[in-house]
Amino acid sequence: MNYHWNWGIFFQPNPMGTGTYLDLLLSGLELTLETGALAWIIALVTGSVVGVMRTLPSRSASWFGFAYVEFFRNMPLLVQLFLWFFVLPELLPKSAGLWLKQLPNAPFWTAAIGIGFFMSARVAVQLQAGIGSLPRGQKMAATALGLTTVQAYRYVLLPMAFRIILPPLTSEFLNTIKNTAVAITIGLLELTGQARSMQEFSFQVFEAFTAATLLYLLVNAVVVTAMRFLERYVAIPGYITGK
Amino acid sequence: MIEISHVDKWYSPTFQVLTDCTTSVAKGEVVVVCGPSGSGKSTLIKCVNALEPFQKGDISIDGIKVNDPKTDLPKLRSRVGMVFQHFELFPHLKIIDNLCLAQEKVLGRAHDKAMTKGMALLDRVGLKEHAKKFPAQLSGGQQQRVAIARALAMDPIAMLFDEPTSALDPEMISEVLDVMVDLAREGMTMMVVTHEMGFARKVANRVIFMDRGEIVEDALKDDFFGKPRSDRAQKFLSKILSH
Amino acid sequence: MFSNFDFNVIIRALPYLFYEGMSFTILLTALSALGGLVFGTALALMRLSGYKILGRIAGLYVDFMRSLPLVLVIFWFYFLVPYIGQWLTGASRPISVGAFASSLVTFIMFEAAYFSEIMRAGIQSISRGQPAAASALGLTYAQTMRYVVLPQAFRNMLPVLITQTIVLFQDTSLVYVLSITDFLGAASKVAQRDGRLVEMYLFAAVVYFTISCIASYGVRRLQSRIAILR
Repeated sequence: MNYHWNWGIFFQPNPMGTGTYLDLLLSGLELTLETGALAWIIALVTGSVVGVMRTLPSRSASWFGFAYVEFFRNMPLLVQLFLWFFVLPELLPKSAGLWLKQLPNAPFWTAAIGIGFFMSARVAVQLQAGIGSLPRGQKMAATALGLTTVQAYRYVLLPMAFRIILPPLTSEFLNTIKNTAVAITIGLLELTGQARSMQEFSFQVFEAFTAATLLYLLVNAVVVTAMRFLERYVAIPGYITGK
Repeated sequence: MIEISHVDKWYSPTFQVLTDCTTSVAKGEVVVVCGPSGSGKSTLIKCVNALEPFQKGDISIDGIKVNDPKTDLPKLRSRVGMVFQHFELFPHLKIIDNLCLAQEKVLGRAHDKAMTKGMALLDRVGLKEHAKKFPAQLSGGQQQRVAIARALAMDPIAMLFDEPTSALDPEMISEVLDVMVDLAREGMTMMVVTHEMGFARKVANRVIFMDRGEIVEDALKDDFFGKPRSDRAQKFLSKILSH
Repeated sequence: MFSNFDFNVIIRALPYLFYEGMSFTILLTALSALGGLVFGTALALMRLSGYKILGRIAGLYVDFMRSLPLVLVIFWFYFLVPYIGQWLTGASRPISVGAFASSLVTFIMFEAAYFSEIMRAGIQSISRGQPAAASALGLTYAQTMRYVVLPQAFRNMLPVLITQTIVLFQDTSLVYVLSITDFLGAASKVAQRDGRLVEMYLFAAVVYFTISCIASYGVRRLQSRIAILR
């Protein structure tokens, strides 16, 4: 392979004047984590609401939940980001659209919201499955004690359902972080984006991507370890999850 | 106390589960409901506190109509204790917290009051030393005794038992029945779906025999065991008592 | 708000969008699914083979791929494949392989990690009595897998495999980052050229949505039929 390796490149100054190339990548990592975290909060909150709606006896609530999930699951994330970024401002009244376009950090907010809603559909599906996996008698027992539907979900069904779906939620959280890379297409300079700009500036393509790869692996390892601890922390003595 | 009159329930026009069921449980009375599986006895007892809806007829508890849309169901249910076949303790809560949850959230009792009450009841069912354990760390018989204590913590005016010993290993049945016998002797109003004819002989005032969604026989205990009028009840008794 | 929505832009672009764009997307999806399934099944068999080293290698590969964003993997292979080609053919310079070959390699390698997890679950879902019965009949390990285990695993997992292929179909839109003319790429090019972002992106969304919806409806039908057969 006649490729000229240069691992020292990371310590050379980047042409943006923001320090070395390594600093460039680390700033990308920071943006990846920020976008991922905000998107995950959106996904978790809206996904939980929609997931609960799908399990309610009310026909209209479960139909809404179904339609919501289908809507966000059946379009590529990239297309959804384009809709939020390019199409939504045009469909709003002129002044609102203009305001939206001139928003500072528009790629960041668009990515967080777009990825958040995209992932919320997946969270909803997981939570619905988690609630569905609980014995039917649990809801009955809560109801028979006089708990209202809201109380039954709050104190009995959700605490169990979330424990059960913790492992799949870990994967969905990791997917959220990985999906921030799609926002490179709307100009978000997250980790993959910065690796790409480093490649374009320095032509050291494999060093740039190797570094980005290692950083993603590191993030994965940290998240997985943290979630293991969380799983152990919320584990119920004597209770074996169906595995 | 519990008045059931002309109750019909169906899932579809061709799938009727309860047909014209009429009976009552007076204050302080113990009524045992028996019958082959699929006879509708569990469904009937779940209709009493509106865990299952029904299409025709009326049920009232202490003069309050269960099937009146204006009835505050959570409040009514909090006054009627229910014990389930599969215990339905809340697995993520410690034993004592299982007893406190509804006392605090439904009745609005202060935590220390709920604790005192809960501990007293655990003592009564002989499980005081298990208060800090989780349900999965207890045997089936112990869990069912906790479930009875949980229902009693609400100071119910009547208790419903839905096959409380069917899911238990044989050696654990008596410890649960003992608690129930004590309760009956103290004058608790009880409606009990069970196959335990020994329990019926000991403490029941009346026995109801159901088959194919109908109340076939509703007799005083001695009459029922002495000379059941219907063939179906005789056949059932001979099968259940032959070993 | 739709006052200046121009349907004619879409209609004029239809031949380009579908002949150029959608045929690329469909071909890439189909070949990647096929290749990913074959390679993924091989990985699954490696993991379940009982040979520690083989299992470890396959496991590392799967975990590695699943830790990376697809966009990064697309870039990786886009730059790496020419060098691999040079190495394979012994040429003196990196070989330019073209956008299609590069994306096809990417998606096969990437999707194999996901298909392998599905096939692994499928193989593990088959009762232990099945391979035992097959070897009792004198079938070799390879024959047992080929004629008894894999067909059942594939059948049981068909709904999940198709669902993953729907995800793949949507993910192929990410070749946009290489400026390739897949369906979204075609729509985007028309959008830029005519200054009609709203029309083209909404149309693209509707097309992806319709195809995915129909396919996932098919999966639900299939699932209920399999549920009855069991």
